[in-house]
Amino acid sequence: MTGTSEARDGRIGNWKVGVVTSIRRESASGRSITIDVPGWGGNIAGQHTDVRLTAQNGYTAVRSYSVASAGVGDRIELAVDRLPTGEVSPYLVDTLREGDELELRGPLGGWFVWTPQQAESVQLIGGGSGIVPLMAMIRSHEASGSATPFRLLYSVRTPLDAFFRAELESPSANLEVTWIFTRRAPSGCSRPAGRITAADLEAHGFPAALSPTVFVCGPTGFVETVATALVALGHEPNRVKTERFGGA
Amino acid sequence: MAVISRGFVGRGGEVDPDLPAGQYLTADFPVLSAGPTPHIDTVDWQFSIRTDSDTLHTWSWDELHALPIEDIDTDIHCVTRWSKLGTSWRGVSLDTLFATVKTTDKYVMARSYGGYTTNVPLADLLGGQAWIALEFDGDKLDPEHGGPARLLIPHLYFWKSAKWIHGLEMQSQDEPGFWEQNGYNMYGDPWLEQRYW
Repeated sequence: MTGTSEARDGRIGNWKVGVVTSIRRESASGRSITIDVPGWGGNIAGQHTDVRLTAQNGYTAVRSYSVASAGVGDRIELAVDRLPTGEVSPYLVDTLREGDELELRGPLGGWFVWTPQQAESVQLIGGGSGIVPLMAMIRSHEASGSATPFRLLYSVRTPLDAFFRAELESPSANLEVTWIFTRRAPSGCSRPAGRITAADLEAHGFPAALSPTVFVCGPTGFVETVATALVALGHEPNRVKTERFGGA
Repeated sequence: MAVISRGFVGRGGEVDPDLPAGQYLTADFPVLSAGPTPHIDTVDWQFSIRTDSDTLHTWSWDELHALPIEDIDTDIHCVTRWSKLGTSWRGVSLDTLFATVKTTDKYVMARSYGGYTTNVPLADLLGGQAWIALEFDGDKLDPEHGGPARLLIPHLYFWKSAKWIHGLEMQSQDEPGFWEQNGYNMYGDPWLEQRYW
């Protein structure tokens, strides 16, 4: 086997240099970062990108991040949560500033994706920063004018930990949002704080009989709990797409 | 020409020669699966190698355990960029399983409970390079990590080490499996960074 990875990965293309155009605080530990990436050429909802950092001494670190935006064009948005022991996420959250350059390669991934051509109902279930690829689907759904019903169950520790809070508090007509607070629920919330359960999925999710496509993204424990409960509720395992995040 | 990331120093330290380019070390064992975790009772479990439409070699859970079980100490590398060094496994060598199998086909499609597939050249399964793994770190394999049994092909990116392995199908040509149809490389050598299409 010969050839460089660049040649083998030809369809993804080479590393592209993006410029950070804006950074927005999403939570105490989360930032969304808008980047102009000449040559990006658009992505479908749910895809991710590799991000490469290079230190003065040439040391590099690469991680994959889900893209929170979707559609054509060279402007993308990432949303990153700082992992305390991480190497790249603390840099992106704490150090990166508007005007800085970042190297990116993508879009990547063809499984955990949604396109406006899909006509079936869609159930999104996100935990923490697992909302990011789901947000791209929500935005793609809204931008396309798709009449397909969407539902989102979004689990966060407290209201202050929610990403895209303003956007999700005024959802479009075809999107229903249910919040799950695991540590502290806001006053007036009828559901006491606690982790997501099968009862939450049954009460607020599309029933299995409708054969929705289900996208589940979050930490491993969250995804395992939700996916197992969905199968127990009768959802076909091959209609339940999962993305678990680990690493730093 | 690389772009220097203003203010980025990284973790620093020596570059580990056991770490392929673009990987970082983890002490955890992250889980990455495309769908729900199947739960398979070992009473019902079966492993098979199909060489053509008429010929199926099968092993039950007990039959597999009657074969020599090897200790495997190896590094593993996930395409999502984590690597774990010095992991210990126990399992049955594919050399043992292929000893009674006659085939002229050079390619294999691994098929899992739950529908996952991944393609591998036969040459990469033989010669002490691949196992049906039954234990990790002294314990039986958790379902999350592919239990009751998973393929273990540590010299390739870890998506090739199919969880919940159910069987191998011989084929004359190399066909893409699940991730290979969804953006990942046909072969997946971590030392050549063969991650994507």
